[in-house]
Parts: sequence; C-alpha cells; structure tokens
Amino acid sequence: MLKLLVQRLALGVATLLAVSVLIFWVTELLPGDLASNILGQSATPENIAAIRAELGLDRPAVERYTEWLGDAVQGDLGKSLANKRPVIDVIGPRLVNTLFLAIYAAVIAVPLSVLLGILAAIYRNSVFDKGVNIASLAAISMPEFFIGYFLILFMSVQLKWFPAIATIKPEQGFFQHLYVTFLPMLTLILVVIAHMMRMTRTSVLSVMSSPYVEMAVLKGIPKGRIVVHHALPNALAPIINVIAINLAYLIVGVVVVEAVFTFNGLGRLMVDAVAKRDIPVVQACGLIFAIVFIGLNLIADVLSILSNPRLRHPR
Amino acid sequence: MNVLGYRLTLTALIGWLIILVCVGSAVLAPWIAPHDPNAPLGQRWEAPSAEHWFGLDQIGRDMFSRMLYGGRISITLAFLATCLAFAVGVVAGFAAALLGRWVDVALSRIADVILSMPILMSALIVISAVGSSAAVLILTIGLLYAVIVFRVARAVAMNIVVLEYVEAARLRGEGLFWVILREILPNALPPLAAEFGLRFSFAFLFVASLSFLGLGVQPPDADWGSMVKESALAIPAGLAAPLYPAAAIALLTIGVNMVVDWLLSLHSRPHGDNA
Repeated sequence: MLKLLVQRLALGVATLLAVSVLIFWVTELLPGDLASNILGQSATPENIAAIRAELGLDRPAVERYTEWLGDAVQGDLGKSLANKRPVIDVIGPRLVNTLFLAIYAAVIAVPLSVLLGILAAIYRNSVFDKGVNIASLAAISMPEFFIGYFLILFMSVQLKWFPAIATIKPEQGFFQHLYVTFLPMLTLILVVIAHMMRMTRTSVLSVMSSPYVEMAVLKGIPKGRIVVHHALPNALAPIINVIAINLAYLIVGVVVVEAVFTFNGLGRLMVDAVAKRDIPVVQACGLIFAIVFIGLNLIADVLSILSNPRLRHPR
Repeated sequence: MNVLGYRLTLTALIGWLIILVCVGSAVLAPWIAPHDPNAPLGQRWEAPSAEHWFGLDQIGRDMFSRMLYGGRISITLAFLATCLAFAVGVVAGFAAALLGRWVDVALSRIADVILSMPILMSALIVISAVGSSAAVLILTIGLLYAVIVFRVARAVAMNIVVLEYVEAARLRGEGLFWVILREILPNALPPLAAEFGLRFSFAFLFVASLSFLGLGVQPPDADWGSMVKESALAIPAGLAAPLYPAAAIALLTIGVNMVVDWLLSLHSRPHGDNA
C-alpha cells in the first residue's frame, strides 16, 4: 500500500509541474504580447522593447520559466503590474478570506449532505427521496448569482437580517465574521449540498444491492443498522471523493459568489487581475488554485485508499 | 405518450417545451420584441408594467426586449462551443479508442493535465492572455469541453471497438474516418446525444458566468449573464431586475437537464452522476 501512496504523491507533483508549465506558456507565449498589452494604445516599437527588457521578456522562455518556478517555490511570486506591490502581499490576505469562507461552508455542508444522502438511501422512492432529486436538479441548473441575488433581495433588502456586502474587517470578532459572511456561505451550501447528497445516496444504494447486504437483510437485521454498519464503510471511498471535489469547488469555484457579495477573496482578485491583464497576479492565483485543486484530489485518493479495507490489506 | 416511437414522459415534454420557447423567442426576437432593445424609453429601474413586462434597466431600456435579444447571444455562443467540443472531442476520443497504443496514452495524459485545473480557472487564464471576444469564448469553452467530451467518447467507443462488426470493417480495409463515421458513430449516438445536452447546459452556464464576471460578452452587446451584472445595482434598491435574466438562465438549463434525464432513461445506460 505504501508503494501505491508514493505513486499517487509522485503523480500529483508531476501533474502540478505540468500545470505550471501550461499556466506559464498560456499567459506568456500566446499571441497578444504582454508588453504591447501593458502599453495598449500608446505602444511604440521603442516602448515595447524597453518594457520587454524590463520584464525580461527578451530572454528565452525556458530560462524565464525555470526562474519563475524557482522563485515561486521560495515564496517570491513577482510584482503586480497594476500597483508594483509584491504579489505575495496582495494574495495572502485574500487567500485567508477565501479559505475562511470555504471552511465555514464546508463545516456545515459536509455533515448535512452526508446525513441527508443516507436518509434518502434508507427511504428510497419516498416523498423525501423524490424531493431530494428535484432539489438537486434545480441546484445544478441554477447559476450561483441567481441564488445569491435572490438571497440578498429576500434576506438582506426586505427582511434586513444580514448585510448584502460581505466585507471582513480585521477589527471584527470571529462571530461578527460568521454573521457578515452568512449569505455567501448559504449560497455556497445550496450549490454544493445537492451534488454531495446525491452522490452519497447513489454510492450507499449501489452497496445496498450487493449480496452481503442481502444476506444481512435475510438475517433480519434492522434497516438502519444495515446502512450504518454494513453499507456505509464500503460506500465511504466514493463519498470521500465527492466531498473532496466539492471542497475544491468551494475554494476554487467561489469566484462568482465572491463577485455577487463583493467579498474580498482570491477569486475576485483573479477576475480583477484578468480584466486588468495583471499577468503575475493571474499566474500566482492560477498556481495557488491548481495546488489546492490537485492537493485536495490527492488527499481524496489517499483517503479512499486508506478507507478501503481491500486496499489496506492487499493480498 | 408516444412520439416517433419514443415514450415521452411529462418531464421530457416540459423540458422540450421550455427549450422550444427559449430558442423560438431568441430566433424570433426581431419580430416579437415589443421595443427597441437599445433605446432608452423612460426612467431607470422603472417597475414592471403592462407596457414593460420586466420593467426598465439601468439606463431605461426595456428589459423584456433586451432579454429576447440577449438570449440569441447566450444560446448561440453555448451551442457553437458545444458543437466545437463535440467535433474535436469525438474524433479524438474515437481515434484514441481505435488506434490505441501511444495515440491513446498521449491524448489521455494531455486530457489528465488539462482537467487537473478547474475549467473556469483555465478559461480565466486564457482570457487574461488574449482578451475576450465571441470567437475567444467559443474557442476556449469549446476546446476545454472537448477534453471532457474526449473522455466520454473514448469510453463509449472502447465498448464498441471490440465488437465483431468493427473488427470486420477494419479487416475489409476501411479507412479510419470511414470506420468512425459509418461503424462506430451510429451506435455511439444515443449516449453522445445525452452528453451533448448536458455539455450544452454547462457551456450555457459557463458563458453566463463569464459574462456575469465581466469577462464574457462585452458591451454594447449583452447576453443574459452580462444583463445580470449590469442590473445588479437594482438589488439594493429592492428591485428584482437582475433576477429576470438570471431566472431565464436557470429555466433553460432546467429544461435541457429534463430532456437529458429523459435521453438517459431511454437507453438506460449506466452514466456517471457528475459531469
């Protein structure tokens, strides 16, 4: 099993390297030279040459890539083109905010959706189960901004329960933070919960149709006990996978939700940087998102290997 | 109810109706729009009335007429991107399944690397490099989704390639494209049709999200996503203006998903839950 884990880890690192090459290549080598992009209308050949030299664009791409990656590994992500500040200083607080929001949503969404999914599996084909199905279809189809603006209009503008703009300030206490970010958290939960719930239901049900569960039924074991003691341990691996994918979504896919609530997170920073063509910030954000995304998938792989009794004790 | 030999369920019927209404009103926009979509007709944020069904927008243009025209852009972009994704993805997927060996390995590894990044991030990075336009949106979304279609098409074709009649066709000396078109495609069509619907609904949401972020369709053009962004300031004033285009997006997506569920149930092939 150790060999399997090391393999996964190596694969993760290799993927990350490949992605970093891709990010660098796309942002720097695609048509639309960076230098002429920065200058825009005022570009003259001399200007462009000067900027290219300043940014080091006149050197070979491979050399610049290794330098960029080497610096990035040491925590130096370059300087923002927009305000000349070190990218790491710009990104740091934003990343903390995004992680706060994602963890806040995950702490509530994960247990709730697993519980609801198991209930839907136990009461299969009941009214509750059908309701779950319809709700998940609706949640998959609704864009985040629809849910977000609906919540703002209803709970913030009309009922005045929560603020419409989720601004976290350092002087606020922890509970104040929870209160201010309640609506974006609720939006995120509504988006991810249906998917996690549905996958939990599917994987529990597929285990429920296996012979050893039928055996347990024939022995007369109560249904709830069969689900929790017999089906769930074997359904755990796919459930863990879905949770990891959705956690990755919470951190990476919050871009739209952050825009709706003008929340100062990493996603909104990246969108602003894309609009301003602030390439170093775009690269850094892309790299961080890739690390989170690949890392969570890696953790999911490792956990499902650890939780699978057959992989834990290979023949 | 039976239509053309297919059992049509109530959900499928509703789904088809929704699609028909959305596409129909987009196609017929110039004839059925009650007002000029670009002409200011009154005060900003005027409330919905018999004259202006969804009220007026931030500079007094008729929301309903703008939505009819905006639907044309949203639906066309998503449809073209989906077509591109299928043209590239299906050919590559079938080629990987048929040729096997290094072609399969190379294409699959490339797909793994591209999909190890969230698709929205990849699109943002491309747009940061080349800017945003209709062509960029179609190419970016089309090619990114081609990678997902490639995986689906490859998996579907893998099951067909091993059948005797494909073997026979290859022994007869039929060319690669001929085998793909005449032998594999007809049998892969039902699962791919469902995937097409699903891909379209995701491409549609994708275009809408990018436009909402200000990185998709650029003014003066407006699709449903950018209309939400432009009218977002009405929300603090207690008006529902951005909810109309947002609801239109949700409605069409639900309609497409209803039809997709029906297509899947027709052939009841095992199919992954996530896309």
